[in-house]
Amino acid sequence: MIRRPFLAALALAGAATLLAGCASPSTGSGNGSTESPSETSATPVVEQTLTVFAAASLKDTFTELATEFEESHPGVTVSLNFAGSADLVSQVTEGAPADVVAFADEKNMAKLTDAGLIDGTPELFASNTLEIAVPPGNPQGITSFQDLAKPDAKVVICAAQVPCGSATVKIEEATGITLTPVSEESAVTDVLGKVSSGEADAGLVYVTDVEAAGDTVEGVTFPESSGAVNTYPIGVVAASTLPDLASEFSTLVTGADGQKILAAAGFAKP
Amino acid sequence: MPDTVRRPASRRPESRQRASRRATLGGIPAWVAAVAVVGALLIVVPIVSLATRVDWAHFGSLITSESSLAALALSLRTSVASTALCVILGVPLALVLARTSFPGKRILRALILLPLVLPPVVGGIALLAAFGRRGLLGAPLEVLGVTIAFSTVAVVLAQTFVALPFLVLSLEAALRAAGSRYEAVASTLGASPSTVFRRVTLPLVLPGLVTGAVLAFARALGEFGATLTFAGSLEGVTRTLPLEIYLQRETDPEAAVALALVLVLVAVIVMVATYGRREIR
Repeated sequence: MIRRPFLAALALAGAATLLAGCASPSTGSGNGSTESPSETSATPVVEQTLTVFAAASLKDTFTELATEFEESHPGVTVSLNFAGSADLVSQVTEGAPADVVAFADEKNMAKLTDAGLIDGTPELFASNTLEIAVPPGNPQGITSFQDLAKPDAKVVICAAQVPCGSATVKIEEATGITLTPVSEESAVTDVLGKVSSGEADAGLVYVTDVEAAGDTVEGVTFPESSGAVNTYPIGVVAASTLPDLASEFSTLVTGADGQKILAAAGFAKP
Repeated sequence: MPDTVRRPASRRPESRQRASRRATLGGIPAWVAAVAVVGALLIVVPIVSLATRVDWAHFGSLITSESSLAALALSLRTSVASTALCVILGVPLALVLARTSFPGKRILRALILLPLVLPPVVGGIALLAAFGRRGLLGAPLEVLGVTIAFSTVAVVLAQTFVALPFLVLSLEAALRAAGSRYEAVASTLGASPSTVFRRVTLPLVLPGLVTGAVLAFARALGEFGATLTFAGSLEGVTRTLPLEIYLQRETDPEAAVALALVLVLVAVIVMVATYGRREIR
């Protein structure tokens, strides 16, 4: 009779892990709300929270920009939500309370503008191209896009369903070189992880990913990358309760300060 | 778990089996039953809601696309393989945990149960550290020409890693519930330890073994995090059904929902086959 409740508990544990496994990677890191707005000014300030949904590849730059925005706007807290662009689109469509959205490609923004969920026209603020990432020391001696087709090189790319993967397909079509990857990941971070851990000999990621990865990978640029450029749009959500603040944030990103921070991270002009 | 001697599973009192057929409160307070209903709804409502999201008109074509079928076939193949591996490794492990005594046994059991509570992605990172190209075992294997990373073998390893504790736990419980009296009698009658194992122990705990194997199979089927981290994702090789669902969600949410329902159905069939049967018998 020990068995039954015990097994029931076991079944519960199983269900829990199944759920956890499916749910964990969906929303971005809980980097979000920092609950301490700067209160330097003597006049009473209105506490406001501006919610920004941004593509995962914007994590470092937008975190920096949010801090800058909070400093210049006393009483305002910027709450950041980073995830894959497609995830963010479905969150906004399902009614998540976002004020500003920034995506890694125009296709995802189009889903929101078509649905009338964006106020005005989104602005393009950056662009990103692909680069080959190799483990330190470049064990397979990859120096060009063509080298990725070497039979003994283990290459990891993004699946065609996600933005970095569709850029990869574009380059394959333009060059006529078909890659035979050992894995097609659903996120660019997974590609980078397989390269930095040395499991793969090369991976196709964004220029900014190589920049952000520091010493864990080396970058190999290739001229054909210009054939597939992802442009990043930013827009104010129509349902925003803080439209003025939202467009000020958007202006910061498209303005000189924002462009400087983005360029430092490896982003190109749109 | 108290190490008491219990009567064999097959001889449970009949009255208790019968009672579960009638709807009675059985002496528990009504408010406990009410909270229980809330608890059950927490599980049932999301599953039913999932079914309402399915595009039934295209359900057939959504789940029979080439990539979906490849993922389903791979999932079934790898789950069967990892369940077999779980049985081969888990039966001796459960016997050792249930019958022997040695210093450090509690620690060993705790370690074996770790995959139950670890996030699967942590399991994946641990497997990489062991079997990856630069891993503790993976590096020497690579020299011998054996590569595990990005292969179907990696998927089976990841699934076995997370599923093994399910089999070991339920079998160990069955072994403890069955007690060792019959085994003791058999060996006093001259049976060798191997004969006792084969003729007495195994038949006695067979229901527990089946339950454990089914649970392990279900867990293997649902494996996501460790596979994604350790094995990668390539159609027909390492992209199992959960990985396919996760990828489809990017571009084709309808297909993802349809495939999710398929996985739910398989899980329901497995659970009902194991637990439903037991309640009615």
